[in-house]
Amino acid sequence: MSLIRPSDHKLSDQKPLVVLKNAGVRRNGRWLVRGVEFSIGRGEIVTLIGPNGSGKSTTAKAAIGVLKPDEGWVERQPGLKVGYVPQKLAIDWTLPLTVERLMTLTGPLKAGEIADALSATGISHLARAEVQHLSGGEFQRALLARAVARKPDLLVLDEPVQGVDFTGEIALYDLIKSIRNRTGCGILLISHDLHMVMAATDTVICLNSHVCCRGTPQAVSQSPEYLKLFGSRAAKTLAVYSHDHDHTHLPDGRVLHADGSITDHCHPDDGHHHGDRADEGGDLDHSHGPDCGCGHHSRLQGFDTKERDRA
Amino acid sequence: MLDDFFIRALVAGIGLAITVGPLGCFVIWRRMAYFGDTMAHSALLGVALSLLFDLNLMLSVFLVAAGVSLLLLLLHRRGALSTDALLGILSHSTLSIGLVLVAFMSWVRIDLIGFLFGDILAVSRADIDLVWGGGILVLFAIIYLWRPLLASTVNHELAEAEGLQPQRARLFFMLLMALVIAIAMKIVGILLITSLLIIPAATARRFASSPEIMAVLASLIGVLAVTGGLFGSLHFDTPSGPSIVVAALGLFVLSLIPFGRRAAGGAMTHPTSGGQH
Ligand SMILES: [Zn+2]
Ligand SMILES: [Zn+2]
Ligand SMILES: [Zn+2]
Repeated sequence: MSLIRPSDHKLSDQKPLVVLKNAGVRRNGRWLVRGVEFSIGRGEIVTLIGPNGSGKSTTAKAAIGVLKPDEGWVERQPGLKVGYVPQKLAIDWTLPLTVERLMTLTGPLKAGEIADALSATGISHLARAEVQHLSGGEFQRALLARAVARKPDLLVLDEPVQGVDFTGEIALYDLIKSIRNRTGCGILLISHDLHMVMAATDTVICLNSHVCCRGTPQAVSQSPEYLKLFGSRAAKTLAVYSHDHDHTHLPDGRVLHADGSITDHCHPDDGHHHGDRADEGGDLDHSHGPDCGCGHHSRLQGFDTKERDRA
Repeated sequence: MLDDFFIRALVAGIGLAITVGPLGCFVIWRRMAYFGDTMAHSALLGVALSLLFDLNLMLSVFLVAAGVSLLLLLLHRRGALSTDALLGILSHSTLSIGLVLVAFMSWVRIDLIGFLFGDILAVSRADIDLVWGGGILVLFAIIYLWRPLLASTVNHELAEAEGLQPQRARLFFMLLMALVIAIAMKIVGILLITSLLIIPAATARRFASSPEIMAVLASLIGVLAVTGGLFGSLHFDTPSGPSIVVAALGLFVLSLIPFGRRAAGGAMTHPTSGGQH
């Protein structure tokens, strides 16, 4: 499939759309997130996962310039056009807003562009409906259509499948993938699910006030158990992500490190992480083995019980 | 026969109603009624300062109202107090300081009731020029700021992410509010300015299918309310401000009767917190 340039202006094809380097955001004397490093290139999908309050939205907002990092830096290509679907969007009942009018909220569009975006998201029939009357899934589609219609270079989707049932979730992920394939835009996706991500994801970044681990998802088809659980259609869309942590987040918010020490915070430079930023590759994770001696293979189970309860 | 003063009040009132329509819509969409009220109450402090330092009345009202709104934004951003408490403190303290100052100035004769509730007798030719001149300025500014204001009303961060500079739009919006308060003071009075902003806009909601239509309808309904209110004020010898508000309320109630579909507007939050699975 040929990649159509998402917008008229010229952005470099070589450089990433956005780069975060050791980025941290601090509020009221507390680091919401710290030491975040990643980049998103054209056509690339990066998924942020982590428990509630782990700094996923903060990280996304820093990436698109809504929040300024208090540490490190964020580099965006000049003229980068962003399409944003925020996590929470409350539209007061007193505001009369149809789906069609929502499309041109932040910029003018041609009638054909609106129609294309609505039909791509499967809500052409809702063009005249007031947004306050839509169901959760319809509203997410309308928000997605709005963000896509402006032909962004970078699409930022903060929990786009919230309030959507499982079938709807699969359909939305398929839609997001087809948008990427058709327009070649970069996508930063935030998911509330710690273990299932979009199969088309290139990089998964697991956050809990810092980058806990990162990697690529594994196809569900390799795991007969998941295949049975989700069915073959979902298996094409979703993938499993296995965590690989060199530390554990305790229920009180402190962090237990590989060397047995406990600290209030955890970030790459705190000296408790072995082999993270020392090897200048910037790769924060490392693979554990039985002989690695860190003694806390939290992986899926550990993450589940300790961090989900807190969420 | 209508007297000259009444024609003047009518012309000024209609100009004002057209001006405040779109602004009033933003006040209710953004849930800023209390905020607007606080700014309006500070106008009396502006009146007192204008008398004390012999400044132009509208200018000093504008400056005080703008100053109060900036102070509110600043305090709110620093998270010193909840917005609600801040508004309550500023709203009534500026009003009271104004009243106390005016009471101290025994050497000036001032029609306090006129400032608080509006006085059609007080509308001069110069006031008409100011209302229409200021009104046209406000309308052009609102049209120019429409997209960023509307987008940030839906979601501030969305507007920011997509390059609309909502912060700047909000600052200008505050200044426009201060300007409207300065020009509305004589006609509806300090205590009732916000109701002229809110009631026609709320009435328009029922008949509007888009934000733009609602803004235009709010202006038209405002014109009806001002006209009806001023005639009532003349006929029953009541203060102009309350008469206009009563007329506006009448229209609002009328708009409810034939269409009993939805009574009050609660905010609908979309989407409800995501389903866990
Ligand atoms: Zn961690
Ligand atoms: Zn992880
Ligand atoms: Zn280890």
